[in-house]
Amino acid sequence: MARREISEINAGSMADIAFLLLIFFLVTTTMDTDGGLIRRLPPPPDSEATPPDKINQRNIFEILVNQNDQLLVEGEYIQVTELRAKAKEFIKSNPNYPSVADESNASYPNMPEFRIEEVPVLGNVLVSKQIISLQNDNGTSYEMYIKVQNELVAAYNEIRNEFAMNKFGKSYSELVQQSESSESIAEKAEAVKKIFPQRISEAEPKKIGGN
Amino acid sequence: MSKFRKKGKKSQPAVNTASLPDIVFMLLFFFMVTTKMRETTLKVINVTPKATEIEKLEKKSLVSYIYIGKPIKALQGAFGTAPRIQLNDAFKTKEDIFQFVEMERNKRVEVERNLVTWSLKVDQKTKMGIVTEVKQELRKANALKINYSSKKTDKIVN
Repeated sequence: MARREISEINAGSMADIAFLLLIFFLVTTTMDTDGGLIRRLPPPPDSEATPPDKINQRNIFEILVNQNDQLLVEGEYIQVTELRAKAKEFIKSNPNYPSVADESNASYPNMPEFRIEEVPVLGNVLVSKQIISLQNDNGTSYEMYIKVQNELVAAYNEIRNEFAMNKFGKSYSELVQQSESSESIAEKAEAVKKIFPQRISEAEPKKIGGN
Repeated sequence: MSKFRKKGKKSQPAVNTASLPDIVFMLLFFFMVTTKMRETTLKVINVTPKATEIEKLEKKSLVSYIYIGKPIKALQGAFGTAPRIQLNDAFKTKEDIFQFVEMERNKRVEVERNLVTWSLKVDQKTKMGIVTEVKQELRKANALKINYSSKKTDKIVN
């Protein structure tokens, strides 16, 4: 049998083929990572459920947004940029927190009361009964709505960070980041979260007037 | 005897392109790994608002999208300019959301069905009316974990 020499395959067009594939993938795929404000909706209204206990007015931080994107916070007309500071003040309940002994928070009658709660690592501490209530109009723009939501989340995050910094020498976001590596850090993060729980309640939508 | 040879007509050797396919393949694999397939064609104008406190959605496979906004220019003749809901590739009404939720759930493995995040991609100029309606529908369908899709920014301006 005569041995035939096999000629080498011409690989010159390989680059062209690869380029073709590359361009195909560049066109059909996207790279954007989606992110945003993560929220939990309340479960669907249950007609048989008993109406919740009445909440003391001083524990509620009321935010109203009207159709002209104006804010009414606790009966006061303010700008969105002022909201964060106001919300922070309210969430803390008492500017001297945590060195407060008074559960009823008598020295600040317009701020929420405290209750004693057991928290990991720190034991029994005073936890504010704060609730933020947000109500918007059907005509409010989505942009404004997100701004308000964002400011509220920012207020919670800042307070948690400051508190964690004081107590543990690390900000809350650092604690959360490192919580996977160590159990004790995860517990600390949990404690901060329990002391300042995110309670943003959105009122059931009401339809008022036309449009 | 000259040390300097005259540069005659002798052409330079061609650049070796043998490694070109390797380079291109490398790029190709990079893009295949880092990107994901475009699933829907947007039929609505969709500029999400900006926010500072953004959390990233971890698992892409566990996210379903709901788009809300005005129809794009090319479709405004047929559909008008009122904001609409887009599910997958078509305009839908809010009554279709319940079914959409069920369908999206059934696409996933049983254990993951309750972990789906519903990402609302809403145009920033939309009014809250339609968004609230969608949220109520999601509540009815027991799809409670939602995400208001927004872009990262450093500062909120008034």
